[in-house]
Amino acid sequence: MVISRTFGSRAFDGFLLLFMVLISIITLFPIVHTIAISFSNPAAAGSGVVTVFPKAFTLEAYKGVMDDKQFFVSLWVTVERIAATLALSTIITYLGAFPFSRETKDFKMRNIYLWTILIISSFNGGIIPNFLNAKNLGLYDNFWILVLPYLFNFGNILLVFNFWRNLPKELDDCSNMDGAGPWVKLFYIYLPMSLPVLATISLFTIVNTWNEYFQAIVYINKTHLVPLQTYLQQIVVLIDPTKPEEIGQGGSFSKVSNQTLSAAKITLTMLPILFIYPMLQRYFIHGITLGSVKE
Amino acid sequence: MGRLNRLFKNEQFHYHLMLLPIFVLFTLFHVFPLYGIVLAFKSFIPTKGILGSPWVGMMHYRFLLENPEVWHVLRNTLLISVGKLITMLIVPIFLALMLNELRIQWVKRSVQVITYLPHFLSWVILAGVFKDILSAQGVINMILERVFGAEAISFLGSNFWFRPIMIISNVWKEMGFSTVIYLAALTSINPALYEAAEIDGASRFQRLWHISIPGIAIVIALLATLSLNGILYAGFDQIYNLYNVLVYDTGDVIETWVFRNGLVGAQYEMGTAVGFINSLIGLSLIAITYTLAYRFANYRIF
Repeated sequence: MVISRTFGSRAFDGFLLLFMVLISIITLFPIVHTIAISFSNPAAAGSGVVTVFPKAFTLEAYKGVMDDKQFFVSLWVTVERIAATLALSTIITYLGAFPFSRETKDFKMRNIYLWTILIISSFNGGIIPNFLNAKNLGLYDNFWILVLPYLFNFGNILLVFNFWRNLPKELDDCSNMDGAGPWVKLFYIYLPMSLPVLATISLFTIVNTWNEYFQAIVYINKTHLVPLQTYLQQIVVLIDPTKPEEIGQGGSFSKVSNQTLSAAKITLTMLPILFIYPMLQRYFIHGITLGSVKE
Repeated sequence: MGRLNRLFKNEQFHYHLMLLPIFVLFTLFHVFPLYGIVLAFKSFIPTKGILGSPWVGMMHYRFLLENPEVWHVLRNTLLISVGKLITMLIVPIFLALMLNELRIQWVKRSVQVITYLPHFLSWVILAGVFKDILSAQGVINMILERVFGAEAISFLGSNFWFRPIMIISNVWKEMGFSTVIYLAALTSINPALYEAAEIDGASRFQRLWHISIPGIAIVIALLATLSLNGILYAGFDQIYNLYNVLVYDTGDVIETWVFRNGLVGAQYEMGTAVGFINSLIGLSLIAITYTLAYRFANYRIF
């Protein structure tokens, strides 16, 4: 594009830049503020003088987290949950996407299955029939209730098979000519080319599983099966920090307040997302835009 | 043996084999719960099970229709979800158009990285963050007090502020991520159009108004149509983690009401009745919006 240098155009550029800086500050402020609180002295944090830099820097809140056994128990539950979900759902999604990526003439039931799945999954009785069903299946207070319902993810399947549909048609014709069956195609021809889309769905799965909290609220009663976000939900969200009798769990009030302790736990729970996000960012734009474009 | 061999040579058989895990999971977690819907028309006696409990016809629905609380909850749901719908249409389009006008590439990329970030944080984490900054001793109140001399407002305990805060914090979380699709649409506009307009002496604003906006009009119409699907969902995770007894009046929505009364309060039949109606309306909305999207934007799900 030809770059015009009129005054109006430059003023517009200046305004844009200012606007972008403002948007970035608004987005980052709440997050940076919480991190600053977690490193601050409780008295300073409580009086509202902390903005983006810690006041009277201290690590007491983090020492408080170290003393909290449940935090680490829950962290481990989440790690196990992610490992199980990731391994199983990637296999299931990858296998399931293949038949759906075929033309209707090659896989005759394709459209019937897709529409059935779409209609049934958008129509359900809501939370209570699901709850009674899972209880009947013996999944109440069972680790697998945190994994099994999340293994079939229609959105991910859609993403994978639309990715394949955008690959050149000749690929399929050539392998047909060489006499490759569905399994050979799946593992020797498509697998090496599918790494970007598999990375995308894996990262989505990791982030979603890390963030999921509600399942354990409904189905888990045993503390050794509570995932990290559920634990965080119970201590940070349900406890009212303005009530004095609830302050002081996990340390004396003078050294570490409920507020700074919560901020430390929030920060630690945010950390993996902050690490994994830059990796995710690289793939998902490509993955989403490709996956959503139809021929 | 011969029949088994023929089966293995049949490609359809292998396709079904690949779909087997999905069939099992889908049956267990989506098809099985469907029969629980009959609870909406029964009086549940746990010892007799769902099938053994007596039928009561439309009793639960009559009760719901007569309950003023239900209408209240429906009103809250619609107010919050429509507010979110409108803001999430306007703000991301505006942001995408602005990002598209940025000439310095690294600024554009940095702003994208920053504004996409909150999308990946859970409402549990963000509820912790917002409860802190919006509290009476929080940083927002401190700023208001120092700059305007205002008295501290308990934002999350106020029936006046709760709904606006749900809508604004949702924009804050999702505005960046929602620009992805508009930015993709903007990059697919033919650059020759901009060059021609520039030679004709069109200003930056005129180019934006006459080329960029018409260029993404179809995507805008498509997303607006599809977003109608969510009109009965005001955002459970956000509201459940941020609301409290003080703001039930304005903040209680269908999903939180069903969870609190239906599941926690063990009014299974009532909760199922609401869930069933919700599903019926949701399904018709999906049918309508997908038909419209296909008609007008040639959009297909698969």
